[in-house]
Amino acid sequence: MPDPILEITALDAYYADFQALYDLSMHVMPGEVVAIIGANGAGKTTLMRSVSGLIRNAPEAIRYRGEAIGALRADQVAARGIALVPEGRLLFPSLSVEENLLIGGQMHRPGPWSLERIYALFPILQERRHVPSTALSGGQQQMVAIGRALMANPDLLLLDEISLGLAPVIIKTIYEALPGIVGQGMAAVIVEQDIAKALSVSTRVYCLQEGRTALEGRSDVVTREAIAAAYFGM
Amino acid sequence: MDWINAIVQGTLLGGLYALFAAGLSLIFGVMRLVNIAHGDLIVLAAYLGLSVSTGLGIHPLMALALVVPIMAAIGYVLQRGILNRTLGDDLLPPLLVTFGLSVILQNALLEIYSADPQKLQAGAIETASLQLGPLALGYLPLLMFVCSVAIIAGLQWMFYHTALGRAFRATSDRQDVAQLMGLNRAHVFGLAMALALAVTAVAGVFLGIRTSFDPSIGGGRLIFGFEAVIIGGLGNIWGTLAGGVVLGISQSIGAEINPGWQVLAGHVVFLAIIALRPRGLFPRMD
Amino acid sequence: MTHAVTRSSRTSRIAAVVGVALLLGLAAAPWWAGRADMRLMGEIFLFLSLATLWNLLAGYAGLVSVGQQAYVGLGGYSLFALTILAGVPAIWAIPLVGLLGALVAVPVAVLIFRLRGAYFAIGTWVIAEVFRLTAAQVSVLGGGSGTSLPADVVRDMAEGRDAREALAYWLALGVAVLVLGLAFAILRSRLGLALTALRDNELAARSLGIDIWRTKFIVYVATAGLTAMIGALIFIQKLRISPDAAFSVNDWTAFVIFIVVIGGIGTLEGPIIGTLVFFALREILADLGTIYLIALGVVAIVVMLRAPAGLWGLIRARTGAELFPISHRVRGETQQGDR
Repeated sequence: MPDPILEITALDAYYADFQALYDLSMHVMPGEVVAIIGANGAGKTTLMRSVSGLIRNAPEAIRYRGEAIGALRADQVAARGIALVPEGRLLFPSLSVEENLLIGGQMHRPGPWSLERIYALFPILQERRHVPSTALSGGQQQMVAIGRALMANPDLLLLDEISLGLAPVIIKTIYEALPGIVGQGMAAVIVEQDIAKALSVSTRVYCLQEGRTALEGRSDVVTREAIAAAYFGM
Repeated sequence: MDWINAIVQGTLLGGLYALFAAGLSLIFGVMRLVNIAHGDLIVLAAYLGLSVSTGLGIHPLMALALVVPIMAAIGYVLQRGILNRTLGDDLLPPLLVTFGLSVILQNALLEIYSADPQKLQAGAIETASLQLGPLALGYLPLLMFVCSVAIIAGLQWMFYHTALGRAFRATSDRQDVAQLMGLNRAHVFGLAMALALAVTAVAGVFLGIRTSFDPSIGGGRLIFGFEAVIIGGLGNIWGTLAGGVVLGISQSIGAEINPGWQVLAGHVVFLAIIALRPRGLFPRMD
Repeated sequence: MTHAVTRSSRTSRIAAVVGVALLLGLAAAPWWAGRADMRLMGEIFLFLSLATLWNLLAGYAGLVSVGQQAYVGLGGYSLFALTILAGVPAIWAIPLVGLLGALVAVPVAVLIFRLRGAYFAIGTWVIAEVFRLTAAQVSVLGGGSGTSLPADVVRDMAEGRDAREALAYWLALGVAVLVLGLAFAILRSRLGLALTALRDNELAARSLGIDIWRTKFIVYVATAGLTAMIGALIFIQKLRISPDAAFSVNDWTAFVIFIVVIGGIGTLEGPIIGTLVFFALREILADLGTIYLIALGVVAIVVMLRAPAGLWGLIRARTGAELFPISHRVRGETQQGDR
């Protein structure tokens, strides 16, 4: 039985003065895709920010490949192979599409992802490579944000609410690309509001409710009733 | 003819002012930091140039080979040691800390070098000039202007065509997200300050060759630098060159009217530009 | 449980009583203090006033000015001009100088309010430099080397040296009381509430209908007028003025800022503590010349990095004390809220 690539144990995380996560535990196996669902304010984004190092926590609470990374800075975490596609895309307005992708790869980590491969995945980006990133549509910006994270050749990819604010047809396009992205043995955590989408791409799912794990299960067997109960805290 | 000469000399002087301003522009662009000690750092560079050139018996321009790396190192240490801790939304901490630095620098220089005016001796090049019809173009001012343009062009190229420049722009845009790319914010800011002080080193040595200096003139140089930045427009390095030239020409014309009005003329033009175009002549950002 | 909203606390009431006693004692200084001590105290009162005003400007209205020396110098020069050139008796000249300072500040404000943040700060410095360079061109007041207050102007102020020293002292004390009193009154008033809101969150304040521009304008102009009066008093005391002394950024801005920072910005008590600490340092270390100034810079940096709320901020964090009753408190039945 291999070790988890990501192991979270009894994590208490804070968002400003407010405690957002209570004694949270979960894990991700190498190459696995885990979905995290939950209502607004359940703590999903705080969790993503904690894992990526934007929020500092107790060192032991988050273990990556066995190493305690909970207290590391975000750049130190990124150097170890965790990449975050942040909620709201958060592209660099002063940079063009291509520059956003290039800076994603500025650590020059070895791996299959390169500028050419990103453009092959999302051809529209190649057409608009020199355009300022803010001039793109929401869906295209999401593609850039994902591409930017992939350029770091991560072993663990975190995707925070990638369907937020996008039209259904765009969401469909992006989700169709996902298996191609994670298929190469990359582990991924997908935070999603859209439960159906979340279940469709993941092998396991956690449901968070007010900062705690209310449900853990395999995506193909978990029932709607169980999810609803966990989601709403019934 | 005097007026044309005034404009030409003012343009060449503007190159020096643009160098004062380039460091400021870089720092403000990347970190939103206002460094009140910037002028005193220019003066520090001039004194370093003095010590190196007299100590080693070399020409001040040769001394740059040492002064530039020394100032860059000072910049990196200063930023990571002190200034990084002042960054944030509040304007006051960096302003106050750099005010403190200014007082410390001025008095340290006073203590070490005394208040006597000094000058860097550049030899024959100081008086040699090129005759262009009725105009006499000093080789030195010409050289300084060409260097300024080259440095500014270099900064522009670095900002928009290198990985370091991307790192600067990204960190300036969104510090947190830049960290996600593996960029250590503290280190990036340190590099920015190191680069800014490297440019400042050149500005200081040029200043020391051009005129006499003493520990107290830093404040004035800071103001000229800021005026050049604001006249040129925020976020635009070439604009900073334009701002320096506008300032230089204003001062030159003022001096032509009355020698005592040189600096005042520059201030008046600056205030006029604020009144009419508060964002400067070629603004690129807020 | 009944709750009452109150502004005073036991500490502030005690402070008020102590303050009045202190004031009476200080007013009697010409009878118990030596000449040198009175001069020192006078200087302390003037710096305290400058610091309180700068604090009002930067700590409350968010106008970080590094150019207040413009008005100090303007005040000094106006006084010299009025007494020497227009023959106005010095005592009457002082309020006139205040008015003049305020009037000059009006177009200045209109101009530099177009700049924001750090650029506003530099803009204020440029204005001060313009004033300085202009003063150096005014040959009738000594041009670049300055001028002295003529003997007859000095004699007209009061008969005898002791009387003049006492007068200068009382004027300085009076201005300090005026400035502190005014600052206190402003902060307790609606304007003060607007200022505090503005300081905390300008956008929110604006959405509540507070006219940001007008609020800042009033504070800037009032501060300028009072700063000019202080400048007049400073140079009456010095008996001599020159452009570099009158418009010195180190003397009238850097040291004032240090005082406010060390004492605690954004509070009325802060500048008082800051001024006392500043002068204590000066008295102890001044013989060391440049070393003293370097030490001052180091102290300012360390305080800003380690204790950004200043000494008073540290005290208030520990005790919640407030000497000037400004903030509103909710007092319940238990005695805990009452300190």
